[in-house]
Amino acid sequence: MKNTGIGLAVAFAFLLAAHTHTAAAQQGERVKSAWVKATVSGEGQPRGYVEYQNYCSMCHGEGPGKPGTMALQAKYKGAEPALLDQRTDLTPQLIKTYVRNGISIMPIFRKTEISDADLDAIAAYLTRNNKK
Amino acid sequence: MKVPPGVSPSDFSEAIQQFENVVGKEWVFTEDEDVALYRDAYSPFWGEPDELVASAAVAPDGVEQVQQIVRIANKYKIPIYPVSTGKNLGYGGSAPAYSGSVVLDLKRMNRIIEVNERNAYCLVEPGVSYFDLYRYIQERGIKLWVDVPDPGWGSPIGNALDRGGGYLLPQFRNHFDSHCGMEVVLANGEILRTGMGALPGSKTWQQYKSGFGPWIDGVFSQSNFGVVTKMGFWMLPAPDSYQVGTVTVPRFNDLIPFVDILGYLENTGCTNGMPFFGSPLLARGPLGQAGPVPDPELANLLDRLGGPDPDAMDAYAMKKGIPHWSCTVSFYGGPQANAGNWEFAKEKFSAIPGAKFTDGGAYKLPLTPEQQAKFNLPQFGIPSLQMFSIGARSETNPTPGNGHIWFSPIIPRTGEAIFEANRVFRQAAKELDLPIPAFSLPTCYWERAFIFLFGFPITHDVETNKKNRASFKQLVKIAAEHGWGEYRTAPAHQGSVMDTYSFNNHALLRFHESLKDAVDPNGILSAGRYGIWPKHLREAKA
Repeated sequence: MKNTGIGLAVAFAFLLAAHTHTAAAQQGERVKSAWVKATVSGEGQPRGYVEYQNYCSMCHGEGPGKPGTMALQAKYKGAEPALLDQRTDLTPQLIKTYVRNGISIMPIFRKTEISDADLDAIAAYLTRNNKK
Repeated sequence: MKVPPGVSPSDFSEAIQQFENVVGKEWVFTEDEDVALYRDAYSPFWGEPDELVASAAVAPDGVEQVQQIVRIANKYKIPIYPVSTGKNLGYGGSAPAYSGSVVLDLKRMNRIIEVNERNAYCLVEPGVSYFDLYRYIQERGIKLWVDVPDPGWGSPIGNALDRGGGYLLPQFRNHFDSHCGMEVVLANGEILRTGMGALPGSKTWQQYKSGFGPWIDGVFSQSNFGVVTKMGFWMLPAPDSYQVGTVTVPRFNDLIPFVDILGYLENTGCTNGMPFFGSPLLARGPLGQAGPVPDPELANLLDRLGGPDPDAMDAYAMKKGIPHWSCTVSFYGGPQANAGNWEFAKEKFSAIPGAKFTDGGAYKLPLTPEQQAKFNLPQFGIPSLQMFSIGARSETNPTPGNGHIWFSPIIPRTGEAIFEANRVFRQAAKELDLPIPAFSLPTCYWERAFIFLFGFPITHDVETNKKNRASFKQLVKIAAEHGWGEYRTAPAHQGSVMDTYSFNNHALLRFHESLKDAVDPNGILSAGRYGIWPKHLREAKA
């Protein structure tokens, strides 16, 4: 009976875990201030890659419905890659200027969204393949 | 350092120092280059002296810090303007409605406090975005969907408080309606919880909306009576299956019974996805997207004074062999129920002679990535920025502008109203020298009324923006003269729109002002938001 009781308790706890995702003491679980696509693992990747996925990929990533990629394709018509993370001609200053000033319909990003340190990491990632 | 109007530089310096004591120096922004990040990227006043700009920004990390900031603001009478994720583009972004306010940037308050799968709700802070919430539930395998708007980088709280909409079942599409319980910091720094949250130890804050006594949640939306720091939302348990179909009807006046039958099907729960009207003949989709320029014969028919002649339009459609109108209807639920509901919908629509049906397929959910590529992701609770494709540089739009704002009146959910709105706005567009749409179809976010959406481009050309602002104001007035009101608008136009809600000598606005003076006597919170000004600024304007 004792074992059964423990088993029931474990099962009950499992059910609770499955149904109520509540952080301890109602303090809540902090989230990154943007989104990592669920299928993308940040593990083992440089910070700039992870932050790029967080902040930029929903507009500048691959696949349909990415307005940033679509706009750069229309702008360069293949002369430069439409995907920002395949470019080799961007400078850190240019990237920071666009993020902090916006361009066309891309808005300004505040420091509470993309911190200076995050932006440095993104700039380093996007310039990783530049000719030295 | 810019100083808020009516505040002495010494008081402002003292307040800023006290803000820094609360949140840390790193999270108080006073340098010009940092404050400039709070400009509304889609401001209709971009670069003009009247552009609405902040004097500073302060970014708290929790409700206690919000309380302290509000108390400091009250002490020094500093105007503050809360934003959630600040991505309310087209409706003000992260800029204040009263120039010189200190933006209270709540982005750092990004805790997901609870996601309850069993009872299908969540409780979040204002800095949580739809992308955040989606990622959270995906990573944990929680079988719930969040109703997301276009685009998805905004905040569930911010979007709901601005009364935005989404794409799932009717009871979720209206984001304010789908909330359940909120926590608010009042202007005096007190915390208030609404609904069942007012009961200490309540077990049902996110399960029963209205609590006991007056249900006041509505006064915290499109307003400036408090800082909402937590909000609960009902979520959709992940549906098993999805089915979609398209109905076409041949004649011009078929739009009238088409809308009525759809209304019956929606209001009886037969079709529960968001419907989309289109026009194969006019190559029109939803959201007012411009179709190709119609051929001259069709353009002449549409341009007829008093609206198109139905018989002439029918003759043209017959000659072309193209139906006038389409409606895409969709179903979430069990596969048999979806199939049965589609059959029933077909039976009802068949009351319109010549109605034809195209099966769009039945899908087991969740969609595969290949299937997702065929659909508008928000219809499956998946946040996206795809909406920005409208207005972005593309093959057909090689010289994009710098954003947009929407003119978006609510009109009755009837075919007659669609015809009348087209007649009225077509005539107005001619008089105001605006691009004339061939024919606009409304969107169906709300199940009891239509929204007409017309995008106004934002440029960095002062003269163009001035002209567009004047045209926008005129359209607001023309709409109101026909009994149609805006559902939401940018701060640049909030006063003009509020002016149109003028029944009985502006009794509603006067009530708002009475509330404002009672709960925020120093007028520190979001002065001017949705046309509600505190007493001292009303007197200054008089």
